[in-house]
Amino acid sequence: MGTMIIDGQLVEYTDEKNILAVIRKAGIELPTFCYHSELSVYGACRMCMVEDKWGSTITSCSTPPKDGMEVWTNTDKLKKHRKMILELLLANHDRDCTTCEKSGRCKLQEIALKVGVKKVRFGQEKKEMPIDDLGPSIIRNPNKCILCGDCVRACQEIQGVGVLDFAYRGSNLQVTTAFNKSLQEVDCVNCGQCRVVCPTGALMIKKDIDRAYEALQNKNKRVIAQIAPAVRVAIGEDFGLQPGEISMGKIVAALRKLGFDQVFDTAVGADLTVIEEAEELMDRIQRKEKLPLFSSCCPAWFKYAEQKHPELMENVSSCLSPQQMFGAVIKEQFKKEHSTDERENIVIAIMPCTAKKYEASRPENTINGERQVDMVITTQELAIMIQENGIVFNELEDEAIDMPFGFTSGAGVIFGVSGGVSEAVLRYYYKERNASTLKGISYSGVRGMEGVKEATAEIDGRTVRIGVVHGLKNAEKLIRKIKRGEEKFDFIEVMACPGGCIGGAGQPIPQNENVRKLRARGIYKVDKSLPIKRSDDNPTIDALYNGVLNSNRHILHRDGKH
Amino acid sequence: MKINNLQEFKAFSDRSAQAMDKQKKKVLVCAGTGCVAGGSLEIYNRIKELISEKGLLVDLELDYEKEGIGVKKSGCHGFCEMGPLVRIEPENYLYLRVQIEDCEEIVSKTLINNEAVERLMYTAEDKVYKAQEDIPFYKKQTRMVLKNCGSINAESFAEYVAKGGYQALSKVLFEMEPQEVCQSILDSNLRGRGGGGYPAGRKWQQVLKQDSEIKYVVCNGDEGDPGAFMDRSIMEGDPHGVIEGMTIAGYATKSTAGYIYVRAEYPLAVERLRIAIEDARKHGMLGENILNSGFSFDININKGAGAFVCGEGSALTASIEGERGMPRVKPPRTVEKGLWEKPTVLNNVETYANVPLIINNGSGWYKGIGPENSPGTKAFAITGNVNNTGLIEVPMGTTLREVIFDIGGGIKDDKKFKAVQIGGPSGGCLTEEHLELPLDFDSLKKVGAMIGSGGLVVMDEDTCMVEVARFFMNFTQNESCGKCVPCREGTKRMLEILEKIVNGKGTKEDLDLLEELADTISSTALCGLGKSAASPVVSTLKYFRDEYLEHVIDKKCKTHTCKALASIVIEKEKCKGCSKCARICPVQAIEGKVKEPYTINQSKCIKCGACLEACPFTAIKEA
Repeated sequence: MGTMIIDGQLVEYTDEKNILAVIRKAGIELPTFCYHSELSVYGACRMCMVEDKWGSTITSCSTPPKDGMEVWTNTDKLKKHRKMILELLLANHDRDCTTCEKSGRCKLQEIALKVGVKKVRFGQEKKEMPIDDLGPSIIRNPNKCILCGDCVRACQEIQGVGVLDFAYRGSNLQVTTAFNKSLQEVDCVNCGQCRVVCPTGALMIKKDIDRAYEALQNKNKRVIAQIAPAVRVAIGEDFGLQPGEISMGKIVAALRKLGFDQVFDTAVGADLTVIEEAEELMDRIQRKEKLPLFSSCCPAWFKYAEQKHPELMENVSSCLSPQQMFGAVIKEQFKKEHSTDERENIVIAIMPCTAKKYEASRPENTINGERQVDMVITTQELAIMIQENGIVFNELEDEAIDMPFGFTSGAGVIFGVSGGVSEAVLRYYYKERNASTLKGISYSGVRGMEGVKEATAEIDGRTVRIGVVHGLKNAEKLIRKIKRGEEKFDFIEVMACPGGCIGGAGQPIPQNENVRKLRARGIYKVDKSLPIKRSDDNPTIDALYNGVLNSNRHILHRDGKH
Repeated sequence: MKINNLQEFKAFSDRSAQAMDKQKKKVLVCAGTGCVAGGSLEIYNRIKELISEKGLLVDLELDYEKEGIGVKKSGCHGFCEMGPLVRIEPENYLYLRVQIEDCEEIVSKTLINNEAVERLMYTAEDKVYKAQEDIPFYKKQTRMVLKNCGSINAESFAEYVAKGGYQALSKVLFEMEPQEVCQSILDSNLRGRGGGGYPAGRKWQQVLKQDSEIKYVVCNGDEGDPGAFMDRSIMEGDPHGVIEGMTIAGYATKSTAGYIYVRAEYPLAVERLRIAIEDARKHGMLGENILNSGFSFDININKGAGAFVCGEGSALTASIEGERGMPRVKPPRTVEKGLWEKPTVLNNVETYANVPLIINNGSGWYKGIGPENSPGTKAFAITGNVNNTGLIEVPMGTTLREVIFDIGGGIKDDKKFKAVQIGGPSGGCLTEEHLELPLDFDSLKKVGAMIGSGGLVVMDEDTCMVEVARFFMNFTQNESCGKCVPCREGTKRMLEILEKIVNGKGTKEDLDLLEELADTISSTALCGLGKSAASPVVSTLKYFRDEYLEHVIDKKCKTHTCKALASIVIEKEKCKGCSKCARICPVQAIEGKVKEPYTINQSKCIKCGACLEACPFTAIKEA
């Protein structure tokens, strides 16, 4: 607590960790490249420099506030330095802005404009480092990198994966992987959090838009969409709507305009996952074996577990993720319904996630050699497609999803937020169908933005301990505690991205805790509005178990295990 | 043999001193890196062999009772220009440029018959300087920190103790409280010798104050300035002095472990430190419960991979931790969160080496040496166009003139003094007008230079100052860690401009851009190295602007250093028209008729100099 003097104006501060936060609170926008409130302070871009009353320049991101401290944020000297630093960055940057996919969303472009760099006095160097586009999810273009290190810290500090780091010295400095390998060849889990924080076009989503257009234009293909829960509360941000605003009806309408033949909700797949996973868990609890059970719906977590903890793989649920389960079910259903049809069924999943692209491409996620999900389009890619086709998103009339998968449960929708899987499973276990039970579950500890949450439930006289984590670094911490015997759980839900799928790397940027909170609120709002709360109350599910899944449940599991 | 308590230490100390006295003659063969490269180890072995044959050899580590001659591998004597060096005590003869063939004469004449071998002695203006201390190079020096370098066996624990070693440690362990030790160092006003000049005692007090069970003492031996080798010489010549200083710091700050970070390019320093640490452990001066005082402390060596930036405190600690050596933003400061996030004392080699002296002689004594605000002595490595290059130690406040002309013996080949670069790539160039400037922290800061770690590069009239600036900028750019934008990108662009200028393509606007870049870099770079990266350019631009202007406007380099700016001409009067130059010119730039003077077409000439060498009449010259 205290008061600072910023540009001559008194500003109170409370628990702000640095004067940059105090300055921004005072309504003064200081540009930054390397500062993210959720990552460690790095202090390399030097854009947030301020002048103290003795005329020294200090970085506001790394200086804690002090009572009576006096700083100036926009003196002539500071403006001059900021301009020079930007000029230096631009001189070294691949400035093909007009054809850069990041154009319009690029922080370098935005800040250069704000700071007013009109001319670059240094010769431009044409860097021609190879672009890494071998992986399924992320394209890395080192020529556009401004070396702010945000991706390095995101990978290390959020995920504990650390596949990116600095190499070489001086002006030869590079952000790269070990031995400059492709992201596909190192332990990258495809979560894409690096691209969420990347200010430029150096890390981008690998887009499947062209492949989608190709399928949509092909008369011999029936193109079926499934939309993940988290997409509906975020896509609006790319059209100027508030985070958390629910746009499901508009997405459905837009997809039809784009030429999709059928549009479904992945929440139905999630309902299947709830039932399968809840039964698997109860079975293991009864047998007292292979506990804790880890969730398996996050493909980044799944890959991480395979790489880092192969010994834990038997503890990871055999359930496919909702995307894959639903893909498999759709394919089976349409094969049955249209057995004489010549058209090829193409399932395109609309996902908040870059790792889902990787998941869909895994060789085991197929039935008789055919992919369960043919391609994955992220939220941001769908927004681009909508813009490219001149669809005025905000003016679309809401439309409903198609039959036969027309019903959605709240349990399926809350999968989009960290804690949602656990909450849905708990709803399945509690047989009472009243509001106070639901409320009780929601207050059990599964909700919220903390990195590690714990909940305890009494089910059939047994105490079930549930752990909920997001961020793989948090998962790793929990696993170590479990291995040391300091913690004991029956079920652990792991989502790699902050806040769960709503914070996925396929979502619009910028993302921060506030944005994620609003999106989560949107998800819970959808849940509230839906008459069906529990997965097993969804009539679609019943129809499936009695229909295509009858004696065919194994298609919902990894390696056909069940 | 372990020394278990204070009584045993005193006994060991006395016995070692007495044994040292029994060596009626001592032969100290310099085994610093320079002399070793000149073959001093062979000389050492040869002399040892010859004395051994006569049955006179004694080794302090082995024989306490025997009288005879001691032969020792000592640390750097400093007069590197004249190496390999051999010193004979008690006469204090210093033999220069000793060769293996000289050994027999040295042994038979000096060691057996007490005669001087004058031909190996320093001679100037027909005067033979027999005693080392009389040689002008040494006369003006005050060797305190370097005292043991050149006077004891650098690999002997007993010899260090015989010369009063570890007495300071035993004094603090049994007679002083940690707070008193800090206060004593603070009172002495010992300032950090690594460049910053921050009072060591204050740093120690801040660490002592920290509430943490684990604290560290770190020694910065990552000496990276081009041409500087003070710290290396101390580590090689008096490793126990550094260890004792660090252990005292450990006691004063209640730390438990120490780390010495040495460049891997200093293999001899690493080896001598390793031997010294092992010996200190073996004798109980490091490890658990030192001398039964209840204080435990141990030291590890970490080898750096040769990154200049690792001399910066937070990069250094990151490197010890196994991370990439990149400076981090402060706060927190190293004294609060340093190595492994624990409170850490970080001082440089020379600073620690001063500590035992202060404890033994008192802070009042120390403060009496040199100016009040920068007391003590400073070691410098003096190199460049000076007659006597080498390692020297002078009281702070000694003037540049005394250092360069009295100790350094003036400029080589009777040329004119032009400038001296002080403080390495972070320092600045000083000129004739600064020759009376006393060398101390504050005086140098006032003129835009710094003591730095103590490198002095002397330059004569033939040195191009633009090229000097380019050289240092090239060094800094290569050694920048690349973390912050101004240092990474700014130094790259400054280097680019300087290269443009020395290649004759510079403009007047480039000079403004250089100054603009320098201003941004020094105001906004993250660490001290970045902030000072532009200093060589700023100081040369300030004192030698004419030279820069000459390069960019007249396209001339008067020192003929910048080849691209040179023009090669044929003197009509001398040319006999032999056509040899025209035939050898690779670009057919030389035209003319046989037996008539030839001319060079300047637009074609690539200044390769082939014609210069080819002309039999020396008619071609650079203009």
